[in-house]
Amino acid sequence: MPFHNLQELRHSASLATKVFIQRDYSDGTICKFLTKFPAELDSRIERSLFEETVKTLNCYYAEAEKIGSQSYLEGCLACATAYIIFLCMETRYEKILKKISMYIQEQNEKIYAPRGLLLTDPIERGMRVIEISIFEDSGSTSSSSTGSSPSSATAQ
Amino acid sequence: MKNLDYQQIDPQALATPTPTPPPRPLPEHKPRRARRKWEVFPGKNRFCCDGRVIVARQCGVLPLTLGLIVLTSGLFFIFDCPFLVEHLTGCIPVIGGVLFVFVIISLLQTSFTDPGILPRATPEEAADIEKQIDNPTGSSSSYRPPPRTKEVVINQQVVKLKYCFTCKIFRPPRTSHCSLCDNCVERFDHHCPWVGNCVGKRNYRFFYTFIVSLSFLTAFIFGCVTTHLALRSQGGNGLVFALQASPASALELVVCFFSVWSILGLSGFHTYLVATNLTTNEDIKGSWSGKSGNEDVGNPYSYNSITKNCCSVLCGPMPPSLIDRRGFVPSDDSVQTSPVEIELSAAKNDTNMVGRAVTSG
Repeated sequence: MPFHNLQELRHSASLATKVFIQRDYSDGTICKFLTKFPAELDSRIERSLFEETVKTLNCYYAEAEKIGSQSYLEGCLACATAYIIFLCMETRYEKILKKISMYIQEQNEKIYAPRGLLLTDPIERGMRVIEISIFEDSGSTSSSSTGSSPSSATAQ
Repeated sequence: MKNLDYQQIDPQALATPTPTPPPRPLPEHKPRRARRKWEVFPGKNRFCCDGRVIVARQCGVLPLTLGLIVLTSGLFFIFDCPFLVEHLTGCIPVIGGVLFVFVIISLLQTSFTDPGILPRATPEEAADIEKQIDNPTGSSSSYRPPPRTKEVVINQQVVKLKYCFTCKIFRPPRTSHCSLCDNCVERFDHHCPWVGNCVGKRNYRFFYTFIVSLSFLTAFIFGCVTTHLALRSQGGNGLVFALQASPASALELVVCFFSVWSILGLSGFHTYLVATNLTTNEDIKGSWSGKSGNEDVGNPYSYNSITKNCCSVLCGPMPPSLIDRRGFVPSDDSVQTSPVEIELSAAKNDTNMVGRAVTSG
């Protein structure tokens, strides 16, 4: 029986394993994540949904790091005020980070929690990885525990 | 129906006196106060103002830098400005004041801003990376395995990413581990002892503003003091008389003379780095200049346009701090906080629930 909300997920499931989506550095140092579908999620979520999530996140980060007229304006204004405005004002990057955490929360509630998965905001992991926690439903007697994690940590 | 059950459990568990204790954190956590993340930070940095301000462990000669600047500028304002205002123009202290404020503010921001420290890997992340690294020999007990590297292609160029044994991560491109601060820093430029901090992605623009404004300030003070002494020694009085009349100017002259060359040189060097989108670290190692014998290298991060490089380095968006100094250390990460207690109380209140559902419905 799939979980109905995040609270349910956290309170009555046990953590089986975590999958880490690494950064994609092919475009330089900008923040971008690999869209390669991990094998551990094969039985838990559709590939298209996962790719959609990662691509949307990549778009958000690209927008935050975009060098355009708005960032120039912010940068020049900041320089003119000896960067004091950074102490008073919220930067564009921070605003987009807030949007990203809301998006991740929404994705968790609508798509990932009902499938027993949980996305962690990359900012909490130093923007290095997207951590996806895979939960086992300890309450049910389904055989999902054998299906997931074919080659994961428990072996070592 | 299921949602209704969950909503009804909590108030009943708290309100009605049941033999099972209501769900709450484990007793061991109760007396310990919540700690902020800066208190458990693994690097060698020090924190002030409850985590708002970050400094490297050895603050180097930052007090000396500050002291020299304040002293020299102070002497200038006290001894030279009155004479110059009287004989030349009143703009001089104004310009000097603006430059001084810029220098001090950018210096403090360079010293106290997180340079772009990468937090260390969580244990699960480290284990995941360890799994992915091949070790074909298998007999790694007697010697340390060779440094692990990963190759990526950036802008048609092969870049090697090294594994950091301290932070247990593969370092992103342009990231380097500072041994003085014991942190991996993004876009690591260098560790500056004058400023007492690393210079990296987040505080490079402050550092650049600092050295440029400092070179203007020292050149300005040098010029003004020279003019002051020149004016004083006019009328047949001679330089010795001028120096005797204003001894502080001699000190300022010496300090400025020796500083202006080195700081102007440093500003020029960093202007070159900004224009070519290089870091001091890469320039010193010759990563992209083909010194290692590889002819096909060029800087893959450069936009090949001076204005675009300058704009991206100095006017680009300000990235956030990744180490979240003032956040609270989370209590035990396990998900099984109180599933047993909830199930127990659910069982006990089963009969009550039915009754209440009927009355509230």
